[in-house]
Amino acid sequence: MIRALLPIAFFTILAGFLYVGLYKDPSLVPSPLIGKPIPSFELSVLKDADSSVTEKDFKGQIALINVWATWCVACKQEHAALVHLAEQKNIPIYGLNYKDDRDLAKQWLIDYGDPYVLSAYDPSGRVAIDFGVYGAPETFLIDAEGVIRHKLVGIMTADVWQQQFVPKIEHIQQDL
Amino acid sequence: MSVKTPSKLYLILAFLSVFVSAHTHAQLITVEPQYQQRYHAILEELRCLVCQNQTLADSSSELATDLRVQVKTMLEDGASDQEILDFMSARYGDFVLYNPPVKSHTLFLWLGPFILLFIGVTATLVVVNKRSKSEQSISDEDQKRIKELLDKK
Amino acid sequence: MIPELGQFALIVALCLAIAQAVLPLWGAQTNNINMMSVGRSAASGQFLFLLVAFLCLTYSFIANDFSVLYVTNNSNTLLPIYYRISAVWGAHEGSLLLWVLCLAGWGFAVAVRSRSLPEDVLARVLSIMGMISIGFILFTLLTSNPFERMFPAASEGRDLNPLLQDPGLVIHPPMLYMGYVGFSVAFAFATAALISGKLDSAWVKWSRPWANIAWVFLTIGIALGSWWAYQELGWGGWWFWDPVENASFMPWLVGTALIHSLAVTEKRATFKSWTVLLSILAFSLCLLGTFLVRSGVLVSVHSFASDPARGIYILTFLAVVVGGSLSLYAWRSVQFTSGGRFDVVSKETMLLLNNVLLVVSMLTILIGTLYPLFLDALGLPKLSVGPPYFSAVFVPLMLPLVFLMGLGPLAKWRRVTLKALFNQLKAYFLIALALGVILPLAIYGDTTIMTAIGIAAALWAIFTAAYAIMRLVAKRDQSTSLFKSLCKIPRAMYGMSVAHIGLGVFVLGVVFTSSFSDQKEIAVKIGDSVQLAGYSFLLDRVASIKGPNYQAVRAYVDVSEDDQLLTELTPEKRIYNVQRNPMTEASIDAGLFRDLYVALGEPVSDQEWGVRIYYRPFIQWIWIGTILMALGGILGATDKRYRLNVK
Repeated sequence: MIRALLPIAFFTILAGFLYVGLYKDPSLVPSPLIGKPIPSFELSVLKDADSSVTEKDFKGQIALINVWATWCVACKQEHAALVHLAEQKNIPIYGLNYKDDRDLAKQWLIDYGDPYVLSAYDPSGRVAIDFGVYGAPETFLIDAEGVIRHKLVGIMTADVWQQQFVPKIEHIQQDL
Repeated sequence: MSVKTPSKLYLILAFLSVFVSAHTHAQLITVEPQYQQRYHAILEELRCLVCQNQTLADSSSELATDLRVQVKTMLEDGASDQEILDFMSARYGDFVLYNPPVKSHTLFLWLGPFILLFIGVTATLVVVNKRSKSEQSISDEDQKRIKELLDKK
Repeated sequence: MIPELGQFALIVALCLAIAQAVLPLWGAQTNNINMMSVGRSAASGQFLFLLVAFLCLTYSFIANDFSVLYVTNNSNTLLPIYYRISAVWGAHEGSLLLWVLCLAGWGFAVAVRSRSLPEDVLARVLSIMGMISIGFILFTLLTSNPFERMFPAASEGRDLNPLLQDPGLVIHPPMLYMGYVGFSVAFAFATAALISGKLDSAWVKWSRPWANIAWVFLTIGIALGSWWAYQELGWGGWWFWDPVENASFMPWLVGTALIHSLAVTEKRATFKSWTVLLSILAFSLCLLGTFLVRSGVLVSVHSFASDPARGIYILTFLAVVVGGSLSLYAWRSVQFTSGGRFDVVSKETMLLLNNVLLVVSMLTILIGTLYPLFLDALGLPKLSVGPPYFSAVFVPLMLPLVFLMGLGPLAKWRRVTLKALFNQLKAYFLIALALGVILPLAIYGDTTIMTAIGIAAALWAIFTAAYAIMRLVAKRDQSTSLFKSLCKIPRAMYGMSVAHIGLGVFVLGVVFTSSFSDQKEIAVKIGDSVQLAGYSFLLDRVASIKGPNYQAVRAYVDVSEDDQLLTELTPEKRIYNVQRNPMTEASIDAGLFRDLYVALGEPVSDQEWGVRIYYRPFIQWIWIGTILMALGGILGATDKRYRLNVK
């Protein structure tokens, strides 16, 4: 009798997993860098080809690093939200300009607003690989020591900010 | 089937290069012969994160091209296969590896099939052995038929 | 007008399915012959109306009716007519309609061809098939209606996905669905037996030919999918262990166990419990496959656009059908009468091990396919399970199976001595081993242990299957001619041997192509040649081509061997007018012992192109093997005993 109950028991467990799976996104790639410091790099500043920026320049306070590009349609969609965040929420946003053209990128920021303290220019995408970037736009939340605390893959909105980032920021501030 | 004119061909090539990539030139990644086998083998083990149904070898997405360049560079710098795979999984997680690493949470994955096989085969042989030695040497159906035949008389 | 007619026909079919589900079952339980006979007419009617619905959708495609949303999303005025027709099943909604049509078709076939079935058995079987129909037709009407209109109507369609614009699409899904749905018949017979409590082996005799035919369709369907991927995807590969491919392979494995188990239960009245369980399992896996493709739970190249609402519906349906039947199974399990006794070394045991090995293989694939989901659901780190894993675990499971396959047909029922078996077969075993080592060395000058074992296993399968026939012929008395004794052997015996030989041929193809393939990815200037595997590939010229709904660049590649021109290959890079993604169309020179496969890559300059060249030895043997397996199944299903009485 027990043997005959095995199939239905197995199926019930399976069905449970399938149900939970329906509400998960199988294509979302979680970052293994959460809890690790940002990778070291040296890139030129977008607006000034002669100046350079390294990872040390991103440390010192809780900040966002946003990966963006002019060819990325979704980046344009989130740009207004980023500009708003920079103005209202008092959090520095650093840009990582990903596989782009310097002049086009500079013009874009003039046309659509510049929420970034500065943008690092990564035309080859090599530094972005070290960040584990697989599709713009992506936004990292880092603390004062430069440790990555959260990563968003996709468009930043007011809701996403409120639900995902604010709790994490409060958590960091409490730890201090 | 029209014969090409040079201007048409340029047009088509322009078309193609726009769609292939606007940023990296449509570069063919040539790998030196001594690395080719390892290069292809490693690419087959890595998953493209953009076109997630393809290996890094098959995908034509930009990220895949960039990562292929990365693999080639690391090979030529003398990295081992494992170092290259570790490089990728350090940045993208184990998700990027098509060959799941053996860790505590993958033990069931790797050992499961063989455990199941062992249980299945031994259970079968044990049960069959027990049944073949049991008292009941005639099947229930045959017993029924025998009874009916005897009752008929 | 026509789409509305189609939708109306769907609704009528639903009503008929409800009638088919309820009345005959009630009639069977209360012994009411009138109610029981409703089954036949309802099944026929349901099929008719679904056919009408399907034809309405087909008409909408042929007539370019872009007021129908589904047509707009999947067709285009420039799309050639044959692809416009196959586009009917090119996406979720239409393929579901094909599914229910196949289901009704099988129901109709059962209703028509079961003259000698007891009325109550037929009634229950049709009733269960009706219940399944209700589930799917309701799903179609509620969440996936192909007849949905759009206002205003579009002026042009978004074209069929270019990947699907290939002859493979025309037959792969229909064959596959006929197979999937066909197992619902075996499922219905098993569940009907559980409901009625009549669990002797009679129902098995009726179920068997249906299961065999379903298995044949599924074999062909999977083989076509693999062949199509090889032709179309441009990478020379034939199997990717993609979740949806696995979803079709799992029911195939269980289906194979089922057809063997049915044979044992029919002949020896044993394995009854196994046969019922396998019947339920095969169809359950088909339903699971449907869930995986359409719910978005796994990442797959085959996924239709997903929607959690659809996922919930199918999961609920799955829970009801599978949960219900497995509960019935547990409930009735005490009533399974035990069959004949048999020794540890006997044909029965070997077939039992066969069942176990196939089910374990299926579970292995299930674990691997769903593991990413398990981990994600448990909050553990995400990972991927791909071809390296499946190849590593699947091969060790298959080897004992292939070995057993050689012994099983020759073993006796009840009891056989291993010694007797080995005496008959040891010559073949040794020859197979020897050739396993010699052949690759002779042809390629190189081999590995796994390659040798693989070839030896395949040859073992082929030799023993041929021997099974030869042995029967050798036993004849001198007066009978060879031809006459060959004719006397039952068709089912030939079926078995042909199918087993087919598996051997398949394994040979796999081993050779995995071990000895070669490839080159290189930039070639027009006028230059590339060497690979003893062949020379000359890029002669490149031209622009205009197709019915695409523009393309076509390269002309001359293939030579030892300075003899063999053929001209013409790989293309196409851009379809509407969807605009570049598509590569490989050009293949197929041969019995090797394929030469050329695909066009990216242009480096206007005089230099990247090309990918593949040398694939014995790869056609993979599909030849599957054709032989299917042929074996057909021979088995059309054996005399089935043609005379029940079908």
